[in-house]
Formats: sequence, C-alpha cells, structure tokens
Amino acid sequence: MTASTNASLRAFLHGLPGVDRVGADARAAMLGTRSIKTSAKRQAIDMAISMVDLTTLEGADTRGKVRAMCAKAVHPDPTDATVPSVAAVCVYPDLVAEARDVVGSSGVKVASVATAFPSGRSTLEVKVSDTAFAVAAGADEIDMVIDRGAFLSGDYLKVFEEIQAIKAACGEAHLKVILETGELATYDNVRRASWLAMLAGGDFIKTSTGKIQPAATLPVTLVMLEAVRDFLALEGRKVGVKPAGGIKTTKDAIKMLVLVNETAGPDWLDPDWFRLGASSVLNDLLMQRQKLTTGRYAGPDYFTLD
Amino acid sequence: MIFEYAPAPESRDVVDIKPSYGLFINGEFVDGSGTPFKTINPASEETLAEIATATEADVDRAVQAARKAFGVWSSLPGSERAKYLFRIARIIQERARELAVLESIDNGKPIRESRDVDLPLVAAHFFYYAGWADKLEYAGYGTTPLGVAGQVIPWNFPLLMLAWKIAPALACGNTVVLKPAETTPLTALLFAEICQQADLPPGVVNIVTGAGETGAAVVGHPEVDKVAFTGSTEVGRLIAKSVAGTNKKVTLELGGKAANIVFDDAALDQAVEGIVTGIFFNQGHVCCAGSRLLVQESIAEELMSSLKRRLSTLRLGDPLDKNTDIGAINSAAQLAKIRELSSAGESEGAERWSPACALPDKGFWFPPTVFTGVSQSHRIAREEIFGPVLSVLTFRTPAEAVEKANNTPYGLSAGVWTEKASRMLWMASKLRAGVVWSNTFNKFDPTSPFGGFKESGYGREGGRHGLEAYLKEIS
Repeated sequence: MTASTNASLRAFLHGLPGVDRVGADARAAMLGTRSIKTSAKRQAIDMAISMVDLTTLEGADTRGKVRAMCAKAVHPDPTDATVPSVAAVCVYPDLVAEARDVVGSSGVKVASVATAFPSGRSTLEVKVSDTAFAVAAGADEIDMVIDRGAFLSGDYLKVFEEIQAIKAACGEAHLKVILETGELATYDNVRRASWLAMLAGGDFIKTSTGKIQPAATLPVTLVMLEAVRDFLALEGRKVGVKPAGGIKTTKDAIKMLVLVNETAGPDWLDPDWFRLGASSVLNDLLMQRQKLTTGRYAGPDYFTLD
Repeated sequence: MIFEYAPAPESRDVVDIKPSYGLFINGEFVDGSGTPFKTINPASEETLAEIATATEADVDRAVQAARKAFGVWSSLPGSERAKYLFRIARIIQERARELAVLESIDNGKPIRESRDVDLPLVAAHFFYYAGWADKLEYAGYGTTPLGVAGQVIPWNFPLLMLAWKIAPALACGNTVVLKPAETTPLTALLFAEICQQADLPPGVVNIVTGAGETGAAVVGHPEVDKVAFTGSTEVGRLIAKSVAGTNKKVTLELGGKAANIVFDDAALDQAVEGIVTGIFFNQGHVCCAGSRLLVQESIAEELMSSLKRRLSTLRLGDPLDKNTDIGAINSAAQLAKIRELSSAGESEGAERWSPACALPDKGFWFPPTVFTGVSQSHRIAREEIFGPVLSVLTFRTPAEAVEKANNTPYGLSAGVWTEKASRMLWMASKLRAGVVWSNTFNKFDPTSPFGGFKESGYGREGGRHGLEAYLKEIS
C-alpha cells in the first residue's frame, strides 16, 4: 500500500470492512464479563503494572512533581521489591530531561507527548521541532497527536504525511500515534485512523490524549486491537496498542488485558506491544496486589501519592 | 505472554436440589403414579434427583385442577392477574442466581448464558405479559380466554420456554398444565415453588413431569382447549395429527435450519461474532440457530480464516465456570444424533474442522465443528443437527443467496450481514423465515413475535401477536 495521493488513501481506508457499532459494543461487553480470579488475577495485576505509562500532563507540572512520579515509576511500592517497575513515564517535552535523570538506567522508558499536544493545532514545522526537542532531551518514545481536523475533513494525505514527518524526526525513538478517538466519533473512523497511522509508520496506536471524553473505552480498544492484528497479517509488521484515559481501576485494567488476549492474542501481552496510559490506576493495582498477598485491604494512606 | 484464566466456578451452594420431586398439581406437590426417572447433570453424568412420572390419570387430575381454577382465574380483573404476574417476575429476578445455577446444572449450558441471557429474558417475559393483562381489549384479539392450556416444552431453554408459554396464557386468563422436558425438569419444579411463594391460586399452574407419553396425555386430554408445543418437527406432526378434528387451538414452534448470510460488504469482525453467536450459543441447541452459513464466495477464504481464529479462543468446559463459552451437550441421545450427522457430513465429502479443544472425560461433549465445502444436497445442509455444528456454503449473487436460504423445508429464522441498507431490506422481504436478523443473530425480546414458516411450525409467541394464541377469536 503506497500513499501517493489522497484519493488512493481514501480508496484504501474506505475499502476496509465497516464496524457495526452494536456488535462491537456487545463483544466488548461480553469480554468484560470474564472472571479473572486468584492466580490469574495476580498475573494480570503484575502484567498491568509493567504496562503502565505513568502519566502527568498538566499545565501545573513542575520538576518536583515529575521527579516524584518518576521515582514511583521505578519502585511503585517501596515496601515490596517484587512489584515490577512500570513501562514508562509520560511527560511534556520540557520535562523530559528531568524524567530521564530520575529513571536513569532502571529500564523505565521516558515518553513525551509532542506535536502541539493535545489539540495538534499548529504547523508541521512546529510539530517537527517539538518532537526533535523531546528526542534530544532524551525521550525514548514520542506520543504524537494526529490532526483530527484534517482527518475529519477527508484530508488523509495530510495526516499521513505529518505522521511520516514526525516518524522521521523521532529517529530511534518509538512513535505512538494518538488518534483521539473521542473526536473521531465513529468506529469506522477509528478503524480508518488506525490503519492510516500504521501505514504511515507508527509503532503504536493510542486511543486518546486523556483530555477528551470518551477516551479509552473497551469497544474502541477492541477495534484498534483488530486493526493491529489485521495489519500484521496483511503488511507483516507488528504495531502496539495503548488505551489511555479513563482506566482507573484494576478491573478496568484487567478487562483491557482480556480484550488483548482474546482479540490480538497473547503475543501482544507484553509492555513492548501493549501499554496502559494512566496514573491513578497504579495505586489501585498496588492495593489489589497487596490484598491478594495479605488477604486484607490497606487504607489509601499506605500507598504513595506521587 | 500466556494469560491463563484460573477456574472461576459459580457456587452451587445457592441451589438446594432435593433427592426426589413430585408433580405440582392444584398448588401442591403430589406423588406421581408412574415409574420415577432420574435427571442427570450432562456435564458430569451425576444423578441430580429422581422425578415423578405423571400417568394419564395424573394428567387428568392436573387438567381437572386447571379446569376448576379457570373459573376463578378468568373472572379476576386483568389488573389482579397482572399483580400475580408482576410478583412472579420479581421473585424470578430475586432468585435469578439460584435459577441460573440450577438451569446450568440440569441443562449443561454455560452459566454466563443462563445468567446473562436466559434469566433476564425469563423475567422480562413475565413483566411484559403482566403489562398486557389489563389491556387486552386494546390488543385486538378479544378478551375471552380459551380455558386450559396444555403446554409441552423442550430442554434447550427450559425456563425460558416455560416463560414463553405460561406468561401469555396466564395474562389472558387461561390456566395451564405444563410438561417440561424429561432431561431438564428442575427449573420448572423450582418455578412451581415460586408460584406457591407468589400465592398464585391453586390449579392456575400445574406442572407434570415425564417423557413422551406424559406429553401425549397432556396434548390428547379432551378437556384441554389449547395446545402449545415447542420441540422437534417430528413430534409436532404427531401433535398436529392428534388434535386434528378437535376444537383445540394449536401453536407449534418446531425445528429450523437457518441461513446466516454474509455479504462481501459486511462488517466482518461483527459478522464473525454473529456466526459464533448464531451456531455456538447454547451448544447450538437452538431451534433458530444459524446452522447454515452462506458466505459470498469472494470473501469466503478471508472469513473462514477469521472464523477459525475466533473459534480457537472458545472456552469449552465446566458449565458453572463463569468463563465457559461452550457447555455440555444436553443428553447422550442428543450427542449420538450430533455424532451421526457429523459422520454423515464427512462421508458425503464435506471437510470437517474443529479447533484444538480438550473434552472432559465425563459427561456429554462435542467440540465446535465447522464443515466447509458443503452443498445443498448434503444431509448436514438439510437436516437440523441441533448441536455446535456449522455447515458452510457459498453463493455468488444476492438472488442465489435468497434461493439457497429459502431452499429448505424449514423457515424459522435467518440472518443477513451487509452494510448496505437497501440490500438488507430487499433480503428481508425475500427470505421466508419468521425472524430475519439484520447484522445480528439470536437476539430475543419479549416484545417481538417469534415463530416459523413451513415445517418450522405455526402461530407466534411473544409480542402482542403472542396474545392471539390464548384468546377466543372475535366472531
């Protein structure tokens, strides 16, 4: 599939099978009823922790806030060394160096949003330079946003070329492409945007910025998991998936893992191929983990707020 | 990373299965005169309870009790009958977990289905017809009940079929004598307890257990005014013969060999789900199951590979495990029938495929099975298998799809998968089936009438139409 013109891109994307909303919702809801208990729950909790992209994306972020969050990312539970580190921390570009300094060689990756996050409303030049700045500051991963305005107006080529340009600016860094599914509205659009991002070279497709509702719903994640599964079969390249926004409880996280397991398959159950963009979910995961070990729930003050 | 789901069994503690059960006649449990039989758990072959057999004389007692209760029940204002039905519906909701667990134990269906499909629909049916009880004059079928309804139901949805039969009958002012299937009597007997709990006047609902002879006695009883049967076309024919020349009103809901038709412009992932729901829901023990997949030849290969991948994720095993998708076959006899027809499929030249799937040692099990390269002349394309066996055929044009879909003695249901609305409407108008599902399959609702064309039976159950079968025609 080459994208020489907008017409050829459009022909390809609109030739993809449609998504029936009712059916997709029903399938996601059914998978949401899977009962994950005892040993499976323990495995799922550790898997989920190791897949978290611990995130702070506030105008009020400071060096101190980021340093504290990064320390927690490396050692989520200071009282229990068996708790795995999270996959990555996710911050704004100007705080990448700070995060890099704290996570050091712990294996926790530093991800940075870029490309005029969260709206994506700027020139390509600004977006490329935003990306290059974050990479130069030490980001391992770039979470870019697509131009939803261009996508919704049918200018697929613009979105495609922008992703390609950002991918080039990433160099060695991995590129996650945020579709902002809450603004794309239909599942058909989610499927098309997923393919567009993958065709343009994205390493990951990500649901949302976290600034728009709805964000990482189960059916949207389902549609994206189907897309990466089909893309691998057709194009021979494996792409990761990152639901982000609205994943608050252990139950939410486990539902996501079940979705991965029964849609894209167990090959995607790995932090290299699946991430959970979240912040508050981590403490709930830690609390449930401790409950499985001790049989008791500890109060919220027994888990750090960073 | 392999993600193994730990066993998540629903507790059996909520149900209390007695060692033996009698007949429910005139509001009380009484002994049956026939030789008792055993009901077993098809997933383990463990004996669950001993069940009384109703003889002709027992059935007569039940019909007399219903006849006597008819006077009282039919003269109650509709709003009073509605109160009882609403009460029954609420008790069913309150005891839903108990009923769901019992249904899964006796029938073999996964708890996920009995909990999320059967029980909510059972309660919804009672709520729905409770609402009609005081509004019959607006339904357009008159307001005069028929009398005593003799009802015989199958083993695939024991409690749901009971609800389909009893709720409209009672709402219209009839009384009933119902015979559950011999392999799945337990939830009907628990329903009898619920009738007691709801203070339903004695004799309004009578439950007689037994095999075919008991059913024949119910249907053949001269004082039964209405016969309602759900089950095989073979038995349906016998019933039609036995009531011919009598004044009994009859509805028959019989077999099916439904076509599930997938066009090349369908939403493929959801179509795959619809195929799975169509034939593997309830182990394929569904009269309206989508047992014939008609797929447009241009996408057949792609669809089959998606379907096979999806079938490999199905979880077969303990019906009480909350993660089980495919439970046990209901009986040894049914398993033998599925095996026989599947062997016939192979010997007639169709290609058989099942996902890698370990079957438990005890109990009655059959893996999800797909036959490709099936043609219209194969037995597996014509006969109802009533098991988790899908026959795949291809077509080239919409007209050919219609021709093949309709080329069956049955006509209970059909499914169509296309994103093109004009084609959907065209197909729906051409398909001779009681239900045509559009981009979905095996969806039920109490407000929607259900019934067949041709050998799939006559009469409609559910919805406003369902009232007609229980009211005297307006002359």
